[in-house]
Amino acid sequence: MKDINEDIKWAQINKDVLRSMENPRMGYWVAVATCIAMVGCAVLAEIWQYRYGMGYANLNWPHMWDLYIATFIFWIGMSHSGTLLSAILHIIHADWRKPIYRFAEAMTTFSLMTAGLFPLIHLGRLWNMYWVLPYVSDRGIWPNFRSPLVWDAFAIGTYLTSSALFLFIGMIPDLAICRDNARGWRKKLYIALSLGWRGDDRQWRNFRRTYLLMACFLIPLAVSVHSIVSSDFAMSIMPGWHITTFPPYFVAGALYSGCAAIITLFVLLRYFFRFEEYMTLSILEKTCKLTFAIAMVWTYLNLIEFASTWYGHDVAAKEVLLEKFYGPYAPYFWMMMFCGSVMPFALAFRKLRRHIPTMFVVSLFLNLGMWLERWMIVTPTLANAYHPIAFDTMWPSMIQWAIVFGSFGWFGLLFLVFVKVFPSVSMYEVKEMVYHRRTAAGKDPEVVLHHPHRRSDDEPEPSGGTPPPSGTPGLEGA
Amino acid sequence: MKKYKVMGLFSNFREAFNVVEEIGAQKIAGLTVDDITTKSPIEHPEIDEILGQRRSHVPKFTLCGALFGMTFGFLFLASAQATFLVQPQGGKPVVPLPSNIVLTYELLILFGVLFTLTGFLITARMFTKRSSIYSENVGIDQIGIVIEVNENTIEPAKALLKAHKTLEIREEVLK
Repeated sequence: MKDINEDIKWAQINKDVLRSMENPRMGYWVAVATCIAMVGCAVLAEIWQYRYGMGYANLNWPHMWDLYIATFIFWIGMSHSGTLLSAILHIIHADWRKPIYRFAEAMTTFSLMTAGLFPLIHLGRLWNMYWVLPYVSDRGIWPNFRSPLVWDAFAIGTYLTSSALFLFIGMIPDLAICRDNARGWRKKLYIALSLGWRGDDRQWRNFRRTYLLMACFLIPLAVSVHSIVSSDFAMSIMPGWHITTFPPYFVAGALYSGCAAIITLFVLLRYFFRFEEYMTLSILEKTCKLTFAIAMVWTYLNLIEFASTWYGHDVAAKEVLLEKFYGPYAPYFWMMMFCGSVMPFALAFRKLRRHIPTMFVVSLFLNLGMWLERWMIVTPTLANAYHPIAFDTMWPSMIQWAIVFGSFGWFGLLFLVFVKVFPSVSMYEVKEMVYHRRTAAGKDPEVVLHHPHRRSDDEPEPSGGTPPPSGTPGLEGA
Repeated sequence: MKKYKVMGLFSNFREAFNVVEEIGAQKIAGLTVDDITTKSPIEHPEIDEILGQRRSHVPKFTLCGALFGMTFGFLFLASAQATFLVQPQGGKPVVPLPSNIVLTYELLILFGVLFTLTGFLITARMFTKRSSIYSENVGIDQIGIVIEVNENTIEPAKALLKAHKTLEIREEVLK
C-alpha cells in the first residue's frame, strides 16, 4: 500500500485542495455549530465566574489549582504534534508527513492559543492580568524571574510566536496558488499573505533554508517548553510532584497526546473534505505506529515514576501514590492507565489500524487518557499534601467543567475556520512527494504533469501574450 | 541598449533543464547562467546544480538573531533584576545565573526565529512586485525559464526556447 497515488496529476492536487476550501461536507458545518455551542457554554460559565468570583469554580485552599491548570498542560502537550510531524520528521526526511503536516502545525498554534487562555481564566481577576508582564512598575515590582511560572510565560510566548511563524512560512507557496485562483475578499487576503511569492529559484532556495532553520529552532524549543511546564511541579517540594523524571515524562506525554489528536483530526478532515487521495490509510497506519511507540515510552516513564516513588522512601510521596491507586480518585487514575497504556495496543494490530471508525474511537480514548493524566498529576497531590489538616477531596464545579468543555469548542472552532480559509494539505509538498517518489521508483516523473497546452509539431509557433487557460478552478471568495 | 526579460514556459522539465544547460555551456554568446532565473511549482535542486553556487544568506541572519537574543535576553533580565537591589534578597544573588540561563535560552530562540524570518523576507526579495511575465501555471505544473537579454541576444534566446518545445514565450522590456 502506497502513501500516495503516484499517478495523481499536479493540476488535480491544486484542484482538490482548492475545492476543499469551498465545498466541505455537511458534517463540517455540524462540527462548526457544535463548537460554537461549546464555546457559548464556556463564555456563560466565565461570565458567571467573573461576576461572582472563583468560589463558584470550587477553587479554594488547598485546591488552588485544578482543572484549569490540568487542561492548560493538556493543551500545551497537544501543541507538540506539529513540532513532531513537521520539524522532526522534516529533518529526518520522512516524506509521508507531507500531506498531513499542515494541519498538525495548525493544531500546534491553536492549541497554544487555547492553553494561553487558562492562566488568564485561572487568575480570576482578569483586569489585573497585565501585572504578570515585565513592565516598569511604579511599585517597583517585577516578575520573579526565578519562578518556573514566569519561565512558562516566556516559553509559551516564544513557542506560540515561533510555531505561528513556522506555520505561516510553510504556507507561503500555497498561499500564492490560492492568490492566483481566488476572487473577492479571499484574493485580497491571499495577496497580502503570499508576500509576493513568484516561485523563482532565489525564493525556493531561501525558503527551504528558512524552513529548515526554523525547524531546528522548534525542536529544542518544544522540548524546553514542556520541560518548563513540568518544572512548575517538579521544582516545588510537593509530594508526587518533586520528581526528577517529570521533564521527559511531560515531553513524552505531550508527544503522545499530540499524535492521538492528529489521528482524530486526520479522520475528521479526510471525511469533511473528501481527502481520501491524500490522507491515505498508509499514512494513517504510520501515524498509528508512531503513536504506539510513543505510548510505550510514556507507559515506561509512568512505571519508572511509580517505582522511584515506591523505592524512594519518601513517605508523603508514597501516600499520594497509594491514594491514586486506592483513594477517591482511583477510578480516574485507572481509567487513565487503561486509556493511556492498554488502549494503544489497538494500534498494534494492522486490521484495526486500517479500520478508520475504530481508530477514531481509539484516538478519542487516548486523548481522554492524556487529559486524565494531567488531572491526576495536579489534584491528588493537592488533596494529600504534607499537612493532614489540608487533606481534602475536591470535585470540580460545573463552572470548571463548562470552561474546560468550552476550550475544546474554542480549539475546534479555530481549527475549522483555519482549514476552510487556508489549504489544509500542502500542495507543493505533495507535488514534491509525488515527483521524488516517481523518480526514486524509476518512473518518468513528467507523467504526473498535466499537459493541457502541450504543442504538437503541427501547431503554430508560440507567441507572447495570451496566458493559457488554467486547469484549476477559482476560489469564489465565498 | 534595451534590456528584456524573456520567459519560456515548459511542461517538460527535462527540456527546461536542457535550456539552462545549453546557456551554461555558452551556446549563445553573451548569455551565462547568471542571466537565468527559474520559476517552478516545486524546488528543483537539480537545476540549482547547473545554476552554480547561489548561496542563501539566511543563516547569517539566524546567527545574528541568536547572538542578539542571547545578549539582549541576559541583559534584559539582569537589568530588571537589578531593581531588586532596593529589596531584601535574603542572601540570594541579585542576578542568578542558573535560572537566567533558561530565559536567555528562550530569548535566543525567539530572536533567532524572528531574524530568520527577516532574513528570508530580505534575501528572497519577497515584497517586490510581480512582473508582467508572471504565469499562474508556474504554481500548477509548469516551469518557467526567465532569461535576461539585450537586443543582440533576444532572438537567439527565443530560438533556443522554441527549440526546446516551450509552450509559450512571454517578454517584458526592462526599464
